[in-house]
Amino acid sequence: MTHYDAIVVGAGHNGLTNAAYLARSGLKVLVLEANPWIGGAAVSREIEKGWIYSNCSYVCSLLRPELFRDLELARHGLQVVPYGGGVSITSNGDILGNYTDEQVQRREFARHNPRDADAYHRYSTDVMRQCKFIRPLLLRTPPDPTSFKPRDIREMMFLGREFAKFGEQFIYDTMRFYSMSIADFLGEYFESDLIKCHLSGSGIIGSAMGVYSPGTAYVLLHHYMGDVDGSIGAWGFARGGMGAVSKAIANSFKSFGGEIQTDAPVARVIVKGGRVAGVATTNGNEYRAKIVVSNLDPRRTYTKIFDPQDLPPAIVEKAKNWKIRGSSGKLNIALDGLPEFPALGKNNPLACGDMHFLDSLEKMERAYDDWKNGTWSKEPYLDLLIPSMTDPTMAPPGKHFMSVFVQYVPPFINGREWTDADREGFKNTVLDQIARYSPNFRSLVRHVECRTPREIENEVGLTEGNIFQGELTMDQLLFNRPFPGYAQYRGPVKGFYMCGSGTHPGGGVMAAPGANAAREILMDLRRPGIVPEGWQDD
Amino acid sequence: MTDRNRIVVIGAGHNGLVCAAYLARAGRQVLVLEAAPQVGGAAVTRELAKGFRVSGCAHVCYQLDSGIARELALASHGLKWAREGLKTVALAGAGEHLVLDGSRAESPALPDADQKAYADYHARMRRFARVLGKQHHRIPPRIGGGGRSDMMTAAALGLDIRRLGRDSMREFLRIAGINIFDVLEELFESPLLKGALAFDAVLGTNLGPRSNNSVLALLHRLSGDAQGSLSLPEGGMGSVSEALAAAARAAGATIRVNSPVARITMEGDRVSGVELEDGEIVPAGTVVSNADPAQTLLRLLGPRHLETGFVHRVRHIRSKGMAAKLHLALEAMPTIARLGPDLAGERLLIAPDPGYIEQAFDAAKYGQCSPEPALEIMFPSVYDKTLAPAGKHVLSAIVLYAPFDPRASDAPARQQMLDGALAVLERAAPGIRRQVIASELLLPADIEREFRITGGHWHHGELALDQMLMLRPVPGAAQYAMPVNGLWLCGAGCHPGGGVIGAAGRNAANAVLAQEKAA
Amino acid sequence: MSIVDDMNRKEHFRTAVWPTPFHPRTSALNTLNEWHRWKDYTTADAFFDEALEYAAIRNACAAFDLTPMTKHRITGPDAQAFLNRLVTRDVARIKPGRVGYCVWCDDNGQVIDDGTIFHLREGDYRLCSQERQLDWLSRSAHGFDIRMIEDTHEIAALALQGPTSCAVLKAIGCTGAEKMKPFDIAYFPFAGGELMVSRTGFTGDLGYELWIDPPRALALWDALFEKGANHGIRPMGTHALEVARIEAGFIQAQVDFLPADQAIMLDRSRSPFELDLGRLVDFSKPNFNGRRALLAEKKRGSRFRFVRLDVEGNKPARSAYIYNRPKNGEVVGTVTSAEWSPSAKANIAFASMHMPWGRPGDELYAEIYYQRELRWSRVMARCRVVEGAFWDPPRKRATPALDF
Repeated sequence: MTHYDAIVVGAGHNGLTNAAYLARSGLKVLVLEANPWIGGAAVSREIEKGWIYSNCSYVCSLLRPELFRDLELARHGLQVVPYGGGVSITSNGDILGNYTDEQVQRREFARHNPRDADAYHRYSTDVMRQCKFIRPLLLRTPPDPTSFKPRDIREMMFLGREFAKFGEQFIYDTMRFYSMSIADFLGEYFESDLIKCHLSGSGIIGSAMGVYSPGTAYVLLHHYMGDVDGSIGAWGFARGGMGAVSKAIANSFKSFGGEIQTDAPVARVIVKGGRVAGVATTNGNEYRAKIVVSNLDPRRTYTKIFDPQDLPPAIVEKAKNWKIRGSSGKLNIALDGLPEFPALGKNNPLACGDMHFLDSLEKMERAYDDWKNGTWSKEPYLDLLIPSMTDPTMAPPGKHFMSVFVQYVPPFINGREWTDADREGFKNTVLDQIARYSPNFRSLVRHVECRTPREIENEVGLTEGNIFQGELTMDQLLFNRPFPGYAQYRGPVKGFYMCGSGTHPGGGVMAAPGANAAREILMDLRRPGIVPEGWQDD
Repeated sequence: MTDRNRIVVIGAGHNGLVCAAYLARAGRQVLVLEAAPQVGGAAVTRELAKGFRVSGCAHVCYQLDSGIARELALASHGLKWAREGLKTVALAGAGEHLVLDGSRAESPALPDADQKAYADYHARMRRFARVLGKQHHRIPPRIGGGGRSDMMTAAALGLDIRRLGRDSMREFLRIAGINIFDVLEELFESPLLKGALAFDAVLGTNLGPRSNNSVLALLHRLSGDAQGSLSLPEGGMGSVSEALAAAARAAGATIRVNSPVARITMEGDRVSGVELEDGEIVPAGTVVSNADPAQTLLRLLGPRHLETGFVHRVRHIRSKGMAAKLHLALEAMPTIARLGPDLAGERLLIAPDPGYIEQAFDAAKYGQCSPEPALEIMFPSVYDKTLAPAGKHVLSAIVLYAPFDPRASDAPARQQMLDGALAVLERAAPGIRRQVIASELLLPADIEREFRITGGHWHHGELALDQMLMLRPVPGAAQYAMPVNGLWLCGAGCHPGGGVIGAAGRNAANAVLAQEKAA
Repeated sequence: MSIVDDMNRKEHFRTAVWPTPFHPRTSALNTLNEWHRWKDYTTADAFFDEALEYAAIRNACAAFDLTPMTKHRITGPDAQAFLNRLVTRDVARIKPGRVGYCVWCDDNGQVIDDGTIFHLREGDYRLCSQERQLDWLSRSAHGFDIRMIEDTHEIAALALQGPTSCAVLKAIGCTGAEKMKPFDIAYFPFAGGELMVSRTGFTGDLGYELWIDPPRALALWDALFEKGANHGIRPMGTHALEVARIEAGFIQAQVDFLPADQAIMLDRSRSPFELDLGRLVDFSKPNFNGRRALLAEKKRGSRFRFVRLDVEGNKPARSAYIYNRPKNGEVVGTVTSAEWSPSAKANIAFASMHMPWGRPGDELYAEIYYQRELRWSRVMARCRVVEGAFWDPPRKRATPALDF
């Protein structure tokens, strides 16, 4: 039996970030990972020889630059490369592209609707205002609005001051923004249905809500609040795939003396006398520590690795009621060449970015209806990228890696478990959609890794395959994430903490939950000043 | 008195009448102008066929503010209840119906756990709703830009939430923004129970059970003084309006029917009165409109008297109704299997499970009439003999969901909706179709036309978080005063919204009087 | 292919920047090959020498390619009512054949943009703006019976500015151009078509703006440069114009104020009063965008004051903080534009001051950093508040216009 100061369960990017800060403060830290590899959902694996897949998460924007710099991730091997482009292709062969040049982008919108082209400015300003408001909150612990503790009152006042800076109208706009559907929100700015659906994708990715569902406007914000080198809302690739993020954080952690054990699934958190004493792995090992941090999602944490006797019953209830609602699938495809998209023509730079096949909001909403009815979408929303067009390390020269994120895919088919036949059907639905827009696509497919929520849950450990570890709706944000009263990273048992995307500020490869949790732990250990606060002036 | 002192109230809906009554009681010279031949707006009783009368739009009273009823002495002005404290019966296709009576859910088929959970749910939702109910009497505060009294009102709201106690407050903040489907899934087993409760949440909204905001819509429904308890006024909903009109007249207000207002007239930057459709000019220094915000501001006043940003916000008020209204005159009381005669006059629901409602909602999202609609059915003539000839009956039902702009044109859509509703009714009450003497189905577009409500939404605008409290009707103008001197709103498009509450009318009257005092 | 056709094809991105209709001539004259982008077009920073180009504006005349400026055409029965609701001044007073400078605000009385309204013919208006306005104009159009298009690409425009500009116009056939009063519009036959001339400009001097359909653009340029040779005509770039603009006291969007609809933070936008444009606000109109807020501001007082400063010394006070004391003072304002004025031989600047600072007679100091031989120095230069423009010659207003 070995003694540690702290044990982190799960080597996802948040677990590793958390561990890195704990180790940096001088603690002896062990990270236990169930898989033979680290990274959780920020992982790159070579499944087809010569191809590196970003198996789950596939693009990078949210990763907090404060942490990137502070953990010296560049020195530990991480490079984030911005990509340009991105396009929605319609079934009649038209397109709506994303151009980095402002004037060119405006003309592209104007091609579809001149007024909307100008409205895009106003829209961007309004969304940017929301980003400006929320970004300083990402590396802060949410206050408990029911508490009278000086710190909570101070943080509530901070929030109030931030609000006041933006003025009365902003407060109203924020209330509306957080509760509206993305379709209604965009409808206040734009007339063109194609422009609206082009922009609304960010409102549904990872969420079991449709474009008409109230609450989706916030999800859009969640995808906009990151940046690449100060360009807010921009996205990039981690060179070498998303595993490079985890690897760099792990290297940083190890440079502080941390220790990682893979193939070590945790069976149980050991609780003694009302406080944690360590963990036991499924292979029978026990590790002692007075601090245990879980990178798992809240439901998995409280229903799978605890003895219910050790927990207040209300917590188990809350964990069961935690809204996860898996809604996404993923196809990783090795290609023998670059697929052609006739709608784009040759050498179109738009193909370097995220591609979508869209026609109308109604079509997108119908994709959600399929999910509600217990099957995968017959006309799914795809977020398709070919990272190898930007990152030469992903595939052999002349060959390509295509990453296809699929919305919506239910965790169960009509209430029952997925079967392999279902998965085959799902896979073909997606491949067929791509083939309709790219005639030579099928002939280039060499290997497909198809992941339904079942595979994502089994391999990565995300319950129901939800990429955010739980829905990003108002009831599960800020001081409600994961549960009201437990949003400050402390669990219900002394010495137990949460650090995954199921805590504030939520999902995406952001590393903020891990860092925030570390700050709280170190506060309890009276070791302040280790974890950076956000840059307040950006 | 000069014309300048006159206050014109546009529309004799219940809020307009309440507002007129309070202004008249305060000694103001009030003239109410109503387009229809009778008062009441959407709270009216109309003749469906000779001898058959039915509540035209709203058909049951569950929110009427008791303070207003008392202060305006509605009982002495003729308001009588045919029945109070109606039960709700969720009809089961096969098997046992479920009766909701206060905090009790009764059905032999209902698991014990559900019965217990229902009692808790009933109490908790009402506790939460009370927080909203307390806001009914307050003029919504301006946040950040207002003065001291605004801050006090905002603080009072915060305090009301806080007074729930820590755990309840947390639960309130958690569920206020989410959907009823998830809440019901957490608590109950029985699909029939969940269906009935989900129905209450989405009734009259643009939401399905799985849409966020549906919990809030439910809390709004329960937020009146009656806490969601249902009553039938004798003579239909028109009787409520008649009593309000009598109270307003008694206080000194004048009410003119058949007087549709064509436009609000301006002199410089302030309101100078109204012009009627027949060209008559009615000068007034103050105009209070009970019409919906879009109608008042965009049609009667006109964008050129308003500013661009404000017009944009008014244009984007979500106010498309999704509920149709069905009226049937019946030869006899239809028979519903396993439903005793003692329950026939109660509120009957056909919403066997939340998925059924969601399916109905999905169709309407795309402009289709729900082929299998969910129904709230009343036979008001059971308790109120004034509504139908002896032995005969009327049926009044709310049919979910009907699109505002159907893909098909109105006439076929209306037929489709009627056929769908009758087919569903026929299954519950075999033979009902043969008993129909006269029928009428009002799509939201019909409601828009008949009751002059833009979008045909009963609440003059969706009741969702983004259109409530200080965001209603539009952010920055929630204090009943419109950004034109002398123009006010007093209808359901303002806080606290629709349902026959009357609070918007009274708050508006208070706001008008407070401004006079300040000036 | 025309720019409009190109914009409507999928491959439009292959031409990121467009040449203006004058480009064949401007590029031939641009010996420095210095360009920047102005919206969809390329436009010259300078042609041969900034100082000499500037001198041409004040001494002879200079031509500036104005084509990229955003233009809208507004017609229909409600055109005047629409514009009157849009802008703060009374548009009814801009008679046909006249031009008016104006600003327009959002509901909060914050300036969205400034521009000029050309009352071309009865009920037929052109609105020129610094920023693209289609969204705001469309939002504002609800409830008005108007037709509105953005026609930036359908009109080629040149500014011809300087004391000999009228002489040049007459020389190319604009007979009677001298009779035009400031802000007049006149039409002249030209090259088989029509040349529209307005006595307007951005230099604070005698000057005109010329408007023509793009196919005749080169003919216009050639005529001007042929007939103007004896009148000292030169091409000018943005740099020279910038000096003239500041001397003339004109503000510019994105420099001296941030358009309100682009302001993320509340205190970044400005009202007309805060830009010293109170004269453009006409409260006798019963309604216009921002009226209520501006009335309230009148009552409550403004947050900022826009001033023109004469700065001690000769170092341009670009981006300087303004203090109220030479030492240990507090920051009471910021410079938005600054230049050395060759004509006034003054060091001039615009500044946005926090109230109440910037009153005539206030003691103010600009904190100026400058570099000499790679060494940075800092001075606290005393500033004097100046009323009106720095350069305001009588010939600007003289009618009939003088020949030089």
